[in-house]
Amino acid sequence: MRPEELEREGYLVTAGLIDLHAHLREPGFEDSETIATGAHAALRGGFTTICAMPNTEPAIDSPGLVAELTLRGEAAGGARVLPIATITRGRAGHELADLIELAAAGAVAFSDDGSPVDDARLFRHALEYARAKDLLVIEHPQDMALSAKGVMHEGVVSARLGLSGIPSAAEEAAVARDLELAELTGARLHLTHLSTAGSVALVRAAKADGIRVTCDVTPHHLALIDEWVAGSRALAWEDAPGVRAVPYDSSTKVNPPLRTLADVRALWKGLADGTVDAIATDHAPHASPKKDVEFDQAAFGISGIETALSLVLGGVAAGWCERDVAIRALTSGPAAILGLTVRADDWIAIDPVAEWTVTADALVSLGKNTPLLGRTLRGRVVAAAVGGEVRYEGGTRGATPAPGR
Amino acid sequence: MRWKRRHVLDTDDWTRDEIEGVLETTGAMIEVLSRPIRRAPPLRGRTVVLFFAEASTRTRVSFELAAKALSADVVNITASGSSVEKGESLYDTVRTLQALGGDVVVMRHSASGAPYFVAERTDAAVINAGDGWHAHPTQGLLDAYTLRGALGDLDGKRIVIVGDVLHSRVARSDINTLVPLGATVTLSGPPTLMPAPWRCGQPPRGVTYESDIDRALDGADAVIALRLQKERQEGGLLPSLREYTRVWGLTAARVERMRTGAPVMHPGPMNEGVEIDTAVAHGARSLVEKQVTNGVAVRMALLYLLVGTPSLEAAS
Repeated sequence: MRPEELEREGYLVTAGLIDLHAHLREPGFEDSETIATGAHAALRGGFTTICAMPNTEPAIDSPGLVAELTLRGEAAGGARVLPIATITRGRAGHELADLIELAAAGAVAFSDDGSPVDDARLFRHALEYARAKDLLVIEHPQDMALSAKGVMHEGVVSARLGLSGIPSAAEEAAVARDLELAELTGARLHLTHLSTAGSVALVRAAKADGIRVTCDVTPHHLALIDEWVAGSRALAWEDAPGVRAVPYDSSTKVNPPLRTLADVRALWKGLADGTVDAIATDHAPHASPKKDVEFDQAAFGISGIETALSLVLGGVAAGWCERDVAIRALTSGPAAILGLTVRADDWIAIDPVAEWTVTADALVSLGKNTPLLGRTLRGRVVAAAVGGEVRYEGGTRGATPAPGR
Repeated sequence: MRWKRRHVLDTDDWTRDEIEGVLETTGAMIEVLSRPIRRAPPLRGRTVVLFFAEASTRTRVSFELAAKALSADVVNITASGSSVEKGESLYDTVRTLQALGGDVVVMRHSASGAPYFVAERTDAAVINAGDGWHAHPTQGLLDAYTLRGALGDLDGKRIVIVGDVLHSRVARSDINTLVPLGATVTLSGPPTLMPAPWRCGQPPRGVTYESDIDRALDGADAVIALRLQKERQEGGLLPSLREYTRVWGLTAARVERMRTGAPVMHPGPMNEGVEIDTAVAHGARSLVEKQVTNGVAVRMALLYLLVGTPSLEAAS
């Protein structure tokens, strides 16, 4: 199978997608995901390269662990797995991990994702130290004191549902701090999963000031809003109220939380004007015991790597963004952040009109925690090749006529 | 009214007709309670499970009396002594509830939304007896019933709710019941104890916020004081209970600002001397005891509508 043929058949052929932000849960939480299941789920979603976040047990904070993760990634035979290592030892936020040794062992970036580096002085030093080798630091911006015990976006929906809120300011205050520190240190900073209009505005201004910052947004923050916690199942660009689900479904609990329609629009606008450099999934699979509990108690996270492309293409189809811009944010955008060149032999073919229903069985990921279960989405990967080798072939190809016919 | 609901989890999507229907049925239950033998047979052979995962004597006893007055069998699963406190998951408890085979599960839980979790996973009808900060539907209904008894039609009436609205399921359910009946609600209390959007231009329909309690009470038709949890002070939400009492406490002088004879209510238990003066709590305007009596009737009405057989005739 050659990409040129698929293109002639009418499929959309692009470079393989690159995910800056995925949780593969191995080692430590293999009931939620493994490197192998995650790497194959990624291919289904069109991602031929994924960066694995280090908030595992143990956290990826030693060169040996980085090397082991790399080996397991290669053995999985799915998407390429690039390890991210922690910024602080044990991800504890107290002292720096051996960033240069970790990079030498293969860590492509550094992040304490799941939490921010709360201590501003330590984070300043992390950024400064990273400059020695121009290493990439990825920060999860969240003011922990402000977000407190919040479980969803603070707004009219949280007020109605009686759930404790995470104000937009909890993210924006952290983004503002991080931008100041990036300016102070001159380091390369990547802010991940921005979710508010205010955060995008801050990054836009920082970029205009010449600060070396990049950022990403997630597909779920581009498509879903806080009303989903109350049972809405209408995508941001859908007018119809559609089918409603039971409120307080823990699959809608994610950090940062699903925000408002105004925020969603601002994220798309940021993509269009180049403020937002990449779309990253923040794929956060969880085994059902972590989600089959009261909303307050449930783990944060959405299993999203297999639905990401469909959601983004949905926004494109609704006219919220040019397709080229969206594809760039999934390919050359993240590649540039990682300092990688887009490889010609990593490619995917997409049937942009094929419909598929998100079900637990349809997901390869062990994490079935997505509020999209039961929904029919449009856009499906029919082939994915890594290093010229077709490692996934499926979807609608063969079963239905090619879209060009 | 044709009753169509399988559960009573929240009244936020109830129509005026549905609320009126329950209030009407409540009237019939008041009549049952006034009989020499306070018992009717419509729930005979039915089992009502009272699952209280958070301490509450008043509401639990009220439901128990209601269920027994309708001849139901009552099973109690309370937090103290049950496995909930030993770390049993809600899912496990639901499996137990399901196996017990109760017809109705009346539940109180500290997590907002927990009754939806249970309703999704059991065949029983679920009545929310209070979940976290979210809802306390029977309190909203009994408050509406009590206010109607005192004020008549609620159309155009203005009810003040004062206190810790942010953490109050009572306030939310009162709003969801009183506004569809035509009343407006004025919230008052410290800004730190109000949901931020409700203070900042996005209040629910029929609701306004007035930080000054005196202005809120001027010409009001009734006031509902909420219980102030002492731990709010430690959370940095309040400087002191003393300051709260001085600025927002319901004093005899303050209640005089309302219309003549305008009633005072409180869901209980009251912190007398904190959110309400003793003289007001037990004064001529107080409907607090009436609320307790009406509470039993409202709960009977819901049990009856959910699983009752038609006859309300006295047990033979």
